[in-house]
This record gives sequence, structure tokens and C-alpha cells, in this order.
Amino acid sequence: MKFTKDHEWVEVTGDTALVGITAYAANALGDVVFVEIPEVGKSLTKGDSFAVVESVKAASDVYAPVSGEVVAANDDLPNSPDTVNAAPESAGWIAKVKLSNPAELDELMDRDAYEAYLDTL
Amino acid sequence: MPDTQDTLKFTPLYDRHVALGARVVPFAGYNMPVQYEGVLGEHKWTRESCGLFDVSHMGQARLTGAGAIATLEALTPTDFAVLNPGKQKYSLLLDDNSGILDDWMVSRPEDDGFFLVVNAACKDQDFAIIAGNLKPDTNFDVLADRALLALQGPKAKDVMQAFCPAACDLYFMECGTFELLGETAFVSRSGYTGEDGFEISFPAARVGELWDQLLTHPSVKPIGLGARDSLRMEAGMPLYGHEMDASYTLAEANLGFAMSKSRVARGDIKGFDRLKDQLDGKLDRVRVALKILSGPPAREGAKIVAKDGGVLGVVTSGGPSPSLGYSIAMGYVPPAEAAIGTQLDVEVRGKPYPAEIVSLPFVANGYHRKPKA
Repeated sequence: MKFTKDHEWVEVTGDTALVGITAYAANALGDVVFVEIPEVGKSLTKGDSFAVVESVKAASDVYAPVSGEVVAANDDLPNSPDTVNAAPESAGWIAKVKLSNPAELDELMDRDAYEAYLDTL
Repeated sequence: MPDTQDTLKFTPLYDRHVALGARVVPFAGYNMPVQYEGVLGEHKWTRESCGLFDVSHMGQARLTGAGAIATLEALTPTDFAVLNPGKQKYSLLLDDNSGILDDWMVSRPEDDGFFLVVNAACKDQDFAIIAGNLKPDTNFDVLADRALLALQGPKAKDVMQAFCPAACDLYFMECGTFELLGETAFVSRSGYTGEDGFEISFPAARVGELWDQLLTHPSVKPIGLGARDSLRMEAGMPLYGHEMDASYTLAEANLGFAMSKSRVARGDIKGFDRLKDQLDGKLDRVRVALKILSGPPAREGAKIVAKDGGVLGVVTSGGPSPSLGYSIAMGYVPPAEAAIGTQLDVEVRGKPYPAEIVSLPFVANGYHRKPKA
């Protein structure tokens, strides 16, 4: 699993990747009560806002950690947004993306680097 | 103006909030707890049991002397001569054009004198205006050495029974002075959640002890400003800087209950020419309540649009309602679009979602009202 400074995670399998928000981000948001998932087929450029997670207090954009095409979205989340809090880095995945530029993965942090980054916040 | 960490102030309970695991954020110039365990749980706890809120950032002041009534009436649309000792009234600080500069709770704990609670973000302005407009024989004291707690929820009365039983004789919008921990507490039966509850003004130097003791009651949990906001929204209560500011009047904001008929008859409300036209129906916009029928929450700034796409107004507060399970909002639309049941759309991230005008409050209140004689 790899991570961004905006607190998204990427789990690569072959030429696709699951993406979601990290446990740190889910905890910082608090109780997630609404998730807007992306449409399948949507083309993402790294850094695009592609989903929205909302708590009682606020709406937060989720930014694409990699470029590619959305090939699946987690349809469970609109009905069970609390999954983002319960299992942010597994069942709370948001989208599956077919990578268009796998070299972007090299720019992401591994878990040790991400945790070191969290310590600086 | 953005606050910097250096200039933020602290309430006397700051260390206790941190020790309780609160997430502390800048609010109105203070480091304030936005949540402890989580907004959803805190919201529901307050609706079902009793929430304890630190609202010591709010401004507190006393106005006494023969000129106190005249001083208050010159600044507000409210008749304070008829406010009997032991009663409390909601009022508004107006500018020269009847624009709303703040909203206040004004209490009359005893014959000579009024007790004011004003918004934290407005208190410097408000107190300067009052001090600059005192009528003869009026004393004005800012009570910077007092903290303010709110106990809110259906079990607030049980908690008060355990600590200050005499205050349980108060009905909604009544007030008095009581002995609590050997100190003089000023207590009103009111709040900002729509629930039964009390607000307790208490010496800042000893409020930590009071806070600790109240938290020992099994019905009490500390509640942050996050739930305070969702609770007041469900109760349909306006928040200064959102539903109100100097560009709005009480007629637009649907706050006519802050205005006394005797003041309208006298015509001596600041900016009355503008207000009178609006009261006669010449209104461009009015505050409404919206139920969001599907889609994401519509928050402050979301456009309210007609079904034909024309922009009607804007959402001033909105979000998920933890009690109702759907999203709610308040905002402004022209009176012709304000009828209960009107169907319209709210625009969130460029897309329209259906909404309906509903009546306020969203959630029925639980006030301990005095039975009608």
C-alpha cells in the first residue's frame, strides 16, 4: 500500500489499483455520513477531486492519487458511509482505477514514510 | 480576520477539554472543543440524555440603574419595561438601518438590572456600542470573570435537581440567582439546542469544580461545538454570521418574536422606515427551512434554485440531521417561493438536487414551558 500527503492510499494489483482514504483521514473527519463515489468510466488525472466524503461538520474532497480510468466504485458506501470509519483501508475503498501512468506510483510514500510524515503534522 | 494560534484565547476549562480528548479548533477567537467522542454520538446523547457545553467564550454583561431599560430599548426592537423580574427575552442588536448586528439573550434576574449573553464573535463590538450609548443613570459592567455552562437535554432537570434543586422551579425562559458550590450562580432555563435545559453563569475561578461535578452525574457527557451547531440547526435556530448579519432585518430573518408590538406602535425602532415596509410585505427574501430530499448535504453557500433553474437564494446553514436521518438546511428565498411544500432544488458541486420547503423547527422542541393559566 502507498500513500499521499493528502491522506489517500493506493493498493496496486497488476494494472489496477484500489484507492481510498487513510485511517488518519477517516479519524480526522469524524463520523462519515455521506460518500459521493465516482462514476465508472470517469477518467482521472492525478490530483483531481474524484470523490467526496462528508461528516456532520464538513465535506472533504478526495483527490486522485494516480491517473487512470475508474473501472469500479464501491457501491456499498452511499448506503453505508460509516464503513469509511470502520475499515478505511480495506472495505472502505472508494474506487478501482486502471492505471494510465504507473510511474506515478514511484512518487507516493510507503507506510513507513507516511507514518513519519504523520509525525510531522 | 483569521486567528493565529498566538492570539487565540482560552476558556477556564481549556485544560479539561484537552484532558477529555477533545479536538480543539479556533472559534470566534478562542480555542474551543469541536468534539470529544464524535459529533454524531454527542448530538444523540444531548437529545436523549444531557449534554454539558462550555460556552464561556460568549460575552456576559450587566446593565443596571434607572436608565437600563432606555439603554436597551434604544439598541433593540424589544420592550424591556414589560420584562418582569425572573424572565428572559430573546433580542437583537440593530444598526441604524434595522440591520442585525447580533442576537442576545437578555434576562432580568431581579428588579434593578439586566443580564446579557451575547455572541463571542460580536462581543467586543456589542460592548463598545452599549458603552457608547448609555442613557443617564445606567451602569454597564462586562462580566469577564464569569464562565458560562449549558446543560441541555431531557435529563438536564434531573442533573440540576442533584446540584441546584431550586433552579428546577424555573420554566422555559425564566431565570434567577441561586447558590451553587457556595457561589452565586445566575441560571436561566433556556439554551440553544431545542431541548429543555439550563444556562449557568458562574465565577470563572471555580467553574472547573462545577464542570467536574456535573460530569460525575451518569446522565452527563461533555458536548462540543460541532454537535451544538447540528442541534441548533435541527431546532431551527439562526446563528449570527450565517442566518443573520447587518444585511438582514428581523423581518427577513423571520425573527419577529424579538420585536415587541408596543415598539412597532411607538415606531421608535432603529431604521424603522425600512423595517416597516418589510413588515407590510415589501420583502425580497425570507428565511426558510429546507428538507433535502436526495443527494448530498447542502451546506452554507449552496444555491437554492427554482425547478426552472432560476436562482432564488442561498443556503446559510445546512448539513446532515443526526436525529432525522436526512439533510436539512436554512436559507433565504423570495416570499413567493417560501410556502410550505414548495418544491425546488439545491445546487451542490454544480448539480441540482431536490428539496422541499418545510416548517420550523425541524425537530420538535422539548422546552419546559409554564402551563397556560
